[in-house]
Amino acid sequence: MKAKHQRLTLLILAIAAVLAAVLLAMSAIRDQASFFYAPADIVRKGLPLDKAVRIGGMVEEGSVRLAGDGVTMDFIVGDETDATIPVRYKGIVPDLFKEGSGVVAEGRFQPGGLFVADEILAKHDENYMPPKLAGERHKTESLK
Amino acid sequence: MIAEAGLAALWLAAALSLLQLCAGASALRTGGDQLLPMIRPIAIAQGVLAALSFFLLIQLFLATDLSVKLVAANSHSAKPWLYKFAGAWGNHEGSMLLWVTVLAMAGAAVAWLERRLPERTLIATLAAQAAIALGFYAFLLFASNPFERLNPAPADGNGLNPLLQDPGLAFHPPTLYLGYVGISVAFSFAVGALVTRDVGPLFARAMRPWVLGAWVFLTLGITAGSYWAYYELGWGGWWFWDPVENASLMPWLAATALLHSVTVLATRGGLRAWTIMLAVIAFSMSMVGTFLVRSGILTSVHSFAVDPSRGLFILILLGLYIGGALTLFALRVGTIREGSTFEPVSREGALVANNLLLSAILGIVLIGTLYPLGLEAATGDKLSVGEPYFNAAAGPLALALIAIMAAGPLLKWRRDRLKELARRIWLPIGLTTAALIGLLLLAPGIGLLPLLGLTLALGTAAASLAPLWKRNLRRTPLFTWGMVIAHLGIAVSIAGMASESAFTKETLVAARLGETVNVGPYAIRFDGIEPLAGPNWTAIEARLVASRGGGSSLTMTPQARVFSSPQTETSEADIATLPGGQLYTVLGREDEQGRWQLRLWWKPFVTLIWLGGGMIALGGLLSLIGRLRRGRRPKAEEVYA
Repeated sequence: MKAKHQRLTLLILAIAAVLAAVLLAMSAIRDQASFFYAPADIVRKGLPLDKAVRIGGMVEEGSVRLAGDGVTMDFIVGDETDATIPVRYKGIVPDLFKEGSGVVAEGRFQPGGLFVADEILAKHDENYMPPKLAGERHKTESLK
Repeated sequence: MIAEAGLAALWLAAALSLLQLCAGASALRTGGDQLLPMIRPIAIAQGVLAALSFFLLIQLFLATDLSVKLVAANSHSAKPWLYKFAGAWGNHEGSMLLWVTVLAMAGAAVAWLERRLPERTLIATLAAQAAIALGFYAFLLFASNPFERLNPAPADGNGLNPLLQDPGLAFHPPTLYLGYVGISVAFSFAVGALVTRDVGPLFARAMRPWVLGAWVFLTLGITAGSYWAYYELGWGGWWFWDPVENASLMPWLAATALLHSVTVLATRGGLRAWTIMLAVIAFSMSMVGTFLVRSGILTSVHSFAVDPSRGLFILILLGLYIGGALTLFALRVGTIREGSTFEPVSREGALVANNLLLSAILGIVLIGTLYPLGLEAATGDKLSVGEPYFNAAAGPLALALIAIMAAGPLLKWRRDRLKELARRIWLPIGLTTAALIGLLLLAPGIGLLPLLGLTLALGTAAASLAPLWKRNLRRTPLFTWGMVIAHLGIAVSIAGMASESAFTKETLVAARLGETVNVGPYAIRFDGIEPLAGPNWTAIEARLVASRGGGSSLTMTPQARVFSSPQTETSEADIATLPGGQLYTVLGREDEQGRWQLRLWWKPFVTLIWLGGGMIALGGLLSLIGRLRRGRRPKAEEVYA
């Protein structure tokens, strides 16, 4: 094989590999990625029942209840609207989980509207707020 | 005074980088200039000044000088010494200063040590390094000044995020940055070679040690970061496919591909344009990662501040450097001489397959990281892309890559035959098959990916040792040892990952004092709970006594800590490394009936993940030493393993 031909073959192979990777990635994203819902989104779009999703918002004050087994927890997530999501989680909540502060949970909705979380995410820092709320607070601060 | 001196050193370093860029450019244009002998000393002085500025920032943190805004915002007088020291880079400005310092010192190291590169290419390389440094000095001086004063000084500082108050902070960021930013040298080499059109085996041999060095640090930094996340976050996970983790994985994937393609260029003169491209991509990925982590578009323990103007600044630098390098590549790629051709079944052929697969995986990680950000910016929809996506998309390619890694080193350079390969690789293939059958019988239902991971890891481990077969081990070159150990490290690490995901046992209970809980083969008795005080925290500590089958017992003490500045609760897991795995214990909260939440894991062979990571880095280090030694004896160049 001539050098030029080999170069061309390699180029075609490389492009094919990248295209295959992109196709693989896009199809995997369609199947595997989970969308993020705030309580207001549930009111607007309805319950996403068919797949795992993430929800996020603020843990409402006084809403955290521990069940009889000592490890299952119920709480309510709210946002700046009146909408709320009841959440159930079995596990130890992360260090930064507190009433009145932000939370992101991954799991599935039950047909009745209860969100059963597999995981409560702790990837935020102590100043974390859902972006919308942060925006609100920013506005009030700049008004001062 | 110290803050002003630090700022002055930073300004001087920036001025020197401008001088270095101009002197280099003018020397290249006129082809000979009295500035020429000045360029190496300028680059070294620039590195020293940047390091001095960084050293002065550390001084400020050690002295807790609260009249400096950065110290007041991120430190506290009651913090232990180690976290005052490491806290210097536990914030946005300090970590960017560390970034620039590594960049400047990498340039200084090239100026000081590089002797093999032709003079003109070296000058172009140093000019490119200076151009990158200049942009990031500007970013520091205009958008992230670490030395800004605060008047009046507060009574005490705000303290450091307790999640970062860990010895890991002293190790993970510096090693990661040495690799992450050190790979800039490959970028500058590529730009230098494009400017002088001098791409060949000699160039590749000059570039290889720098790539190896950066890659070793990057590997260590990622491994350390993974272990830190594993024990600090208290989730029992070791990799979360978080965008900030991907930000370090992407340069690693590109650097790994580069490491292999540069060997093809050095040995056989092939893959010229491709190697240059990979060198550009590797550091571009580092810059993309810096943008993701430092711009504030992601929220995590790594991103310290949200400030849109900073994000825009880095984005402009990113576009300038990546766009500039790619434009130069497009203009010059036609003039790069074509390398020699090669056969598909050969060492080169396997290395090309390695490069294609690594690039495809890089593409998948890049899409998985950027797509959600792009989607959110475009439509406002939030998408979370996590483990299911990466396993589904990158998993199959990774398995194929491991198979190629097992076979590649058993192929000869230039031309080989599949029949010959089959003769050399039958034992590893036999082992893989036996392991597959054994696992299907003994441990059915562990999932496809862990099953294939475990079996391939065994075969790959055997195959990676094969190049040493029937060789005089004392005469085997050090870089061959390096390759063997690094490949073995990959197999070890994969085995750990697969074992962790297949065999982990988890127990979650609310336990009363005196109660015994089982997890995996261990029985754990909840013996006591008591308060405890540290230098800047108080804690509640549980005493758990673990024993296996009535044998000797060990005591484990997970804590729930409350830090005073800033006021934060963290959970300190207690992890015991035992023969056969790790026992991982986390203490939760107390309920109304006086029971305590306990989360317990038994993770068989999980330590192999990081042991493998360490072996990969060690392999790289041995290769580096071997190459440098061989480089000093040019007569031996013809002999290649």
